[in-house]
Amino acid sequence: MVSEQTTQKPPIQQRSKPNWVFGLVGVVFGIVFVKAEIISWFRIQEMFRLDAFHMYGVIGSAVLIGLLSVQLIRRFNIRTLQGDPISIAPKQFTQGQIWGGLLFGFGWAITGACPGPLFAQIGAGYTAVGITLLSALAGTWVYGAIRKHLPH
Amino acid sequence: MIQVLSQPWPWYVAGPLIGLTVPTLLLLGNKAFGISSSLRHICAACVPANIDFFRYDWRKESWNLWFVGGIAIGGLIGNQLLTNPAALTIAPATQEALQQLGVHDFSSGLLPLDLFGWASMTVGKALVFLVLGGFLVGFGTRYAGGCTSGHAIMGLSNLQWPSLIATVCFMIGGFAMTHLGLPFLMRLAGL
Repeated sequence: MVSEQTTQKPPIQQRSKPNWVFGLVGVVFGIVFVKAEIISWFRIQEMFRLDAFHMYGVIGSAVLIGLLSVQLIRRFNIRTLQGDPISIAPKQFTQGQIWGGLLFGFGWAITGACPGPLFAQIGAGYTAVGITLLSALAGTWVYGAIRKHLPH
Repeated sequence: MIQVLSQPWPWYVAGPLIGLTVPTLLLLGNKAFGISSSLRHICAACVPANIDFFRYDWRKESWNLWFVGGIAIGGLIGNQLLTNPAALTIAPATQEALQQLGVHDFSSGLLPLDLFGWASMTVGKALVFLVLGGFLVGFGTRYAGGCTSGHAIMGLSNLQWPSLIATVCFMIGGFAMTHLGLPFLMRLAGL
């Protein structure tokens, strides 16, 4: 049993742009979420019923562009805007990826949302989803409270 | 311009924009793309309750809270200022399957209001679609160490095999719930 997962350790603080810049990135991201209808419960249902390609196209092309970007950063040793080297912490395997992954998958199909779209749905005016967010916080908290007893 | 932006954006526009979030956050300050961590930071900030898992300096991760706050504002802008003038198109097969499960609202927007609107909310629907669903999202993502952004996009972009396992399990869970669990849960919710 691994007592502390490296994937769950918050990374060491480094020089970075001020917080509001990340807020702006979030705004753009939220607009994309709504306009590509990724926050729609119907789009997630279509995905899990194999009735539409849309979500597969979104996630597939996002991974492709992310992959190309990370490879370019590695290849050319690109640094942050502050001049620091870019390092990405590796993900360490635990059983959590299986059991937690399945549980999240259940929740994804019920709510039609991963954590990001939850915030966008609330902003978009679906205020009842605020209860979903509170419950997601409760789920995270309960995980934190009982994680020592879970298989990892 | 606004008219063009108001149309639903195709996957080949949205997907690459989401993918570009990965290098954007890295370049802005070596931040790894991930959203579910924000839930942990909020727990650490509000109810740490002396639990080891929540005893760390969440302020050092506050960029992540600004990021999700921005997502909510983006949701507001996207839905209110760039409102899609046309009705949402839903794949006929999905609509038919959902109709058989008891969903009736296919025309009011991105979410069916008979499940997620205050007006027709009942205790049964709230317990299933908001409370149970939300709990599984929060518990599952933290147990898995990430969600669609941290594992499926950031992890796969960095060729991490644990993220591939997580992503496959997300999908298996989603398929199982959609086809095996939802028919039962929807009856339980009183649809």
